[in-house]
Amino acid sequence: MIKILYFARIKEALGVAQESIDRPSGANDVAALTAWLRQRGAAWQAELAPGKALRVAVNQALVGMDATIKDGDEIAYFPPVTGG
Amino acid sequence: MSVRVQTEDFDIGAEIAALRKGNAKIGAIASFIGLVRDINEGDDVSVMTLEHYPGMTEKALDGIVAQAKARWDIYDATVVHRVGRLLPLEQIVLVVVSSAHRGDAFAACEFLMDYLKTQAPFWKKEDTAKGARWVDARESDDAAAARWKKV
Repeated sequence: MIKILYFARIKEALGVAQESIDRPSGANDVAALTAWLRQRGAAWQAELAPGKALRVAVNQALVGMDATIKDGDEIAYFPPVTGG
Repeated sequence: MSVRVQTEDFDIGAEIAALRKGNAKIGAIASFIGLVRDINEGDDVSVMTLEHYPGMTEKALDGIVAQAKARWDIYDATVVHRVGRLLPLEQIVLVVVSSAHRGDAFAACEFLMDYLKTQAPFWKKEDTAKGARWVDARESDDAAAARWKKV
């Protein structure tokens, strides 16, 4: 199982804040998981589109698309941050 | 070090007193407060709502303070960031840094804000007459954070 969290604009557009799913076969890194999520529908394709301003964290640390994913990880998708 | 994310308001006087308490080696305190404005990008703003990523937010802020401590000669730092529903005039964020001298205190305070704005997982949504909208990240904030890499 992996836990996936969504925040801010992405959470609203997808209509989901968090979910726990079996790690899709072959989803060994962020890029592969993101590609798998994009297949869920138009909103997913749009929000997680390549080139879209998107940040990803694995286990609460910012990572790149090549970061590896294993069972038990917490992955989060969110837009560029705007605090302060 | 004190890093807090909270809905309640904060009192800069109390935070400074707590940071410097009993330490006579502190010769300088630098601070910054960020406030909710009633206008952004030409539109009146009536409400600002701040969302964050519980857990990661605290880790990110701890990491940023640790970087500041490694880089400048400072004694300690306090970071308080509010979340939830805020109105114009309200305080959003506080950074306080203690040091022996002003140079390190000023630099570390500015560094903390620049890194907080680009790395800590907070998101602002604002209510305007045209409806609610998520605030877009600014390239000028990325540029402000990037300049610390050159120093």
